[in-house]
Amino acid sequence: MAASNENLKNMIGQEYKDGFVTDIESDSFPPGLSEDVIRAISAKKDEPEFLLEWRLEAYRHWLTMKHPEWAFVEFPKIDFQEISYYSAPKSMEDGPKSLDEVDPELISTYNKLGIPLEEQMRLAGVAVDAVFDSVSVATTFKDKLYEAGVIFCSFSEAVKEHPELIKQYLGTVVSQYDNFYAALNAAVFSDGSFVYIPKGVRCPMELSTYFRINAANTGQFERTLIIADEGSHVSYLEGCTAPMRDENQLHAAVVELVILKDAEIKYSTVQNWYPGDENGVGGIYNFVTKRAECREENAKVSWTQVETGSAITWKYPSVVLKGDNSIGEFYSVALTNNYQQADTGTKMIHYGKNTSSTIISKGISAGHGQNTYRGLVKMGRNAENARNYTQCDSLLMGDQCGAHTFPYIETKNPSATLEHEASTSKISEDQLFYCMQRGISAEDAVSMIVNGFCKEVFKELPMEFAVEAQALLGISLEGSVG
Amino acid sequence: MLKIENLHVSVEGKEILNGINLEIGAGEVHAIMGPNGSGKSTLSYILAGREGYDITEGRVLFNGKDLLDMSVEERAWAGVFLAFQYPVEVPGVSNIYFLKAALNGIRKHEGLSELDAMDFITRVKGKMKDLDMDEKFLYRAVNEGFSGGEKKRNEILQMSVLEPSLCLLDETDSGLDIDALQIVAEGVNRLRDPNRSFVLITHYQRLLDYIKPDYVHVLAHGKVVKSGGPELALELEKHGYAWVEEKLAS
Ligand SMILES: Nc1ncnc2c1ncn2[C@@H]1O[C@H](COP(=O)(O)OP(=O)(O)OP(=O)(O)O)[C@@H](O)[C@H]1O
Ligand SMILES: [Mg+2]
Repeated sequence: MAASNENLKNMIGQEYKDGFVTDIESDSFPPGLSEDVIRAISAKKDEPEFLLEWRLEAYRHWLTMKHPEWAFVEFPKIDFQEISYYSAPKSMEDGPKSLDEVDPELISTYNKLGIPLEEQMRLAGVAVDAVFDSVSVATTFKDKLYEAGVIFCSFSEAVKEHPELIKQYLGTVVSQYDNFYAALNAAVFSDGSFVYIPKGVRCPMELSTYFRINAANTGQFERTLIIADEGSHVSYLEGCTAPMRDENQLHAAVVELVILKDAEIKYSTVQNWYPGDENGVGGIYNFVTKRAECREENAKVSWTQVETGSAITWKYPSVVLKGDNSIGEFYSVALTNNYQQADTGTKMIHYGKNTSSTIISKGISAGHGQNTYRGLVKMGRNAENARNYTQCDSLLMGDQCGAHTFPYIETKNPSATLEHEASTSKISEDQLFYCMQRGISAEDAVSMIVNGFCKEVFKELPMEFAVEAQALLGISLEGSVG
Repeated sequence: MLKIENLHVSVEGKEILNGINLEIGAGEVHAIMGPNGSGKSTLSYILAGREGYDITEGRVLFNGKDLLDMSVEERAWAGVFLAFQYPVEVPGVSNIYFLKAALNGIRKHEGLSELDAMDFITRVKGKMKDLDMDEKFLYRAVNEGFSGGEKKRNEILQMSVLEPSLCLLDETDSGLDIDALQIVAEGVNRLRDPNRSFVLITHYQRLLDYIKPDYVHVLAHGKVVKSGGPELALELEKHGYAWVEEKLAS
């Protein structure tokens, strides 16, 4: 019904709320990419020789690679020589300091984003690693975690303090040649988070990393490595925001998760990079490789993602199920409004016996948004009795947007079972009318119906994040056409 | 309370309501009967503000204000409630969440603060008890997978919690078993109040045995063709609609 669309149209477009710029003096490399730039990054970080070599191998391989064209996204060719590959606040020059020494401007930036870093205001029960452009500016609760044996620090620090763990695990899930953007990341990554949970330890609090892009014309290439040793357990959260700028900015991250026998990682993302304006100008290109390996038996990993930001989201958090009886889960909400594009999904690669995986994907398209689910479920020769359940639901708001589903299946073991369900629906005028007749405003009704649609995913998020995700969804949809 | 004057409504050029006149005073109960397709639901939708209709003539005053000029939510806030002939499912949204959002939406408009969680739950559970509804319905998604009768009962629960001043019930009795009909009717009677009016759209005398109407109207071809007291419903039950048509023709 046309007039109800009017109601939706009239919902006042609310601005991206984290779009401010922090005015801070930065030390940035001039744009450009070469072996010298990579050497310079490595030198800045005082890295051991093996890591520099690893970067250079990645770079030389990257030079031989072609930019992938298969995703259902469109954007102008990226000139990799126009990007600056390193930018850090001047005050961070001498490496991570104690919190008392961190530039107050940075602390207030995180306060504005709702992530207090000061001692007295810290989020209870959540340890935070704050990554600002190319560097980690602070990690809270480090000492308390260390007492429990948990290592939670910036990647740069881990390279210095725990080189043996880095050497043992880096690149073992996503190799430095894996794909175009993973190779680029391996060559130029500047920081990120590192987590090691020792045998039998249940991490005493939630760990989280908050990524912030601030500087213009820089790319953010962070790398996260989480290792859950035998019988351990950790829940990790990741949040992302960036200022509003007219130029597109590249964020090409790599996340590697290693899960050993009987261990479990729960990895949650609320991605709210600047999505560009209502005409599709500006916004972050979010091209990320995330992969988990259930290396031993009974390992479990669960990816939960809520993707509301970025001009383009292109990522497939995946699970390699090597260990027998290991479990992989993927819960995703991806929302595209205005001119946003998302091509996201997962790969579940079953090698072990009795491995099982669950995929729940909820795509919401509004405005001119294009939303693609792309997923692969592969049952290897030895994946005796492996099981997968996939459910892909799309919700369309308006007739300018699109939803696309590309599920791929490869199975080499006849005992494996696969179940796939898919649905596409429109937000129904009857539902809106019903809610509004009960005194619920159009805006609240839309956000309620959409939240209801996403419920199966939201219930997987830790409490504090679920609330934030719901609010975010409401804001991201404002100004959308029904 | 409500005054409908010469209301003409059409959809895609086809006239569905052609000149409805109806006046409903505070505290009154009006029953509207009429054959399938005569425009009863359309009338209730128009009063509630559903989009997609062309109102070509006439006006509707609600407590002296132009009802047709108000948005759907504004009407709800002002006290208009429609119990749907076909209640809508809202997947993933729990009944209790929905009720709370609705009640707080209305309270906010009245300048009242949100009801605190304890008061709210006590109020809702009390009403559920009156309607003999299991509390587990609170945690199920709105109308999802509810049986026909359960949906109808849920509408009355919402009405009881929201306490509107103009209650439009579109065939709330259809689909209810004999016991449920009595429970729902009692629920409605409990809400009767000198400041609250009811419009009962129904096909059956049965409902009117439980809820005594002050007036009965017969709608045919988008027009009120006959009005009278409760006895009109009994006559209709006896003679069918053909009888009205014949009387009109003669
Ligand atoms: N959106 C629409 N488009 C086309 N025709 C419509 C539309 N809405 C209603 N009508 C028609 O208007 C007439 C009245 O419909 P309405 O639902 O109001 O009848 P009713 O009196 O409630 O019938 P019932 O007793 O079967 O519930 C019907 O002929 C119906 O087909
Ligand atoms: Mg009807």
